[in-house]
Amino acid sequence: MEGAMQADAKIRSESGTESGPRGPACSLRHFACEQNLLSRPDGSASFLQGDTSVLAGVYGPAEVKVSKEIFNKATLEVILRPKIGLPGVAEKSRERLIRNTCEAVVLGTLHPRTSITVVLQVISDAGSLLACCLNAACMALVDAGVPMRALFCGVTCALNSDGTLVLDPTAKQEKEARAILTFALDSVERKLLMSTTKGLYSDAELQQCLAAAQAASQHVFRFYRESLQRRYSKS
Amino acid sequence: MAEALGVVAESLAGDRARAARTVLDQVVLPGEELLLPEQEDAEGPGGAGERPLRLNAGTRSRGRVVCGPGLRRCGDRLLVTKCGRLRHKEPGGSSGGGVYWVDSQQKRYVPVKGDHVIGIVTAKSGDIFKVDVGGSEPASLSYLAFEGATKRNRPNVQVGDLIYGQFVVANKDMEPEMVCIDSCGRASGMGVIGQDGLLFKVTLGLIRKLLAPDCEILQEVGKLYPLEIVFGMNGRIWVKAKTIQQTLILANILEACEHMTADQRKQIFSRLAES
Repeated sequence: MEGAMQADAKIRSESGTESGPRGPACSLRHFACEQNLLSRPDGSASFLQGDTSVLAGVYGPAEVKVSKEIFNKATLEVILRPKIGLPGVAEKSRERLIRNTCEAVVLGTLHPRTSITVVLQVISDAGSLLACCLNAACMALVDAGVPMRALFCGVTCALNSDGTLVLDPTAKQEKEARAILTFALDSVERKLLMSTTKGLYSDAELQQCLAAAQAASQHVFRFYRESLQRRYSKS
Repeated sequence: MAEALGVVAESLAGDRARAARTVLDQVVLPGEELLLPEQEDAEGPGGAGERPLRLNAGTRSRGRVVCGPGLRRCGDRLLVTKCGRLRHKEPGGSSGGGVYWVDSQQKRYVPVKGDHVIGIVTAKSGDIFKVDVGGSEPASLSYLAFEGATKRNRPNVQVGDLIYGQFVVANKDMEPEMVCIDSCGRASGMGVIGQDGLLFKVTLGLIRKLLAPDCEILQEVGKLYPLEIVFGMNGRIWVKAKTIQQTLILANILEACEHMTADQRKQIFSRLAES
């Protein structure tokens, strides 16, 4: 597709000495994003984080079935398809998390009695899948021109048994971790939109992961900005 | 841990609102806040919410600023809701302030009052036709909304016909309604679009570019073959030339125009003019 922009960013951020006795070397994997690559949906984006890749398509604001319409805002639907097999309970739960995040950000009241559908297809899963899905959904919503009050991004943290923190873990790191926390943050004030956690962690560790995720999200938003600027600079 | 939070809070100073004037013609992202010219002076050391009292009535003379597509009023600032380039148009007459809007690339059409669109008749029910305009619901078109139509003299419109009309009612709460006459009762080009020809879909940005007053593409296309062409603001173009081959060539050129530079376009036109 001629409208596709590829932007690569390799980001390494260090919390350094100020984050306490266990100073993790936080590093996010290589990012890449491509927009407007599918011809049928109103907006589409493909997001790559290391080896994890997700393709997202957005249809909307479009017709909605009378049984599903909401009188004063848009009905947001998210469909997540795994790479192999039929969608199961895990996909349903991820769909709900992504839908809740999108609903907090999309201005649904501008399009009542319509439907906005986000379809996500997992191309490859090598760790931090939910964060990659969130990023792809955000880029696809921007590409479709759906009105939003902010951008959002997903960041995953893994806590090892010795207390070290790894951002954007790979599948191997996720398996060995004691706890995995995924946060969705908004672009205006880095506020928390959604959080889902699995495993054993203390209250202080939660705050530490959240702070690290907020710092990492700055890089993700800077990448969004560069990617979108490059896209509009062509026309 | 408290130190970590403190440091992070500093680095997350956030994007403070920028003056709209400084961001003109640049790419803006959803979530950014823009200050209107009157408010720039107020952002002094006092911070948000404190505005020095002015003894002279200087700021009032600025007038109203119109908030166009892609922007919303948020308090006394503008909130960007779509990604694109910020544009501004100076006021022509006495109404002060001008218009700000965001030029974004989009495929899906949302009905707007006054827009001229091409629709496809999908159903006839009683006194109205249901017309698909590419939005979230079909628009309704009354059979009396054609030039010279009366209760006895109904217009000859079948399901599947193409209609060129304009919206008289188009807002988020109501079903869109369109008519094929202007306010004086004349058709002025609207109505059923004739036989043959080809209808195809392009992005909304391309339509706006082609309909801009000084568009070279249309003039060049006109010199190639004699043709009839109708542009709908909903991204639909109907084109008809003498032969099917010419029609297809024109359709392909218009679709490709979006991604070609001016030089590539001139090359293709010159090659076609030769053959």
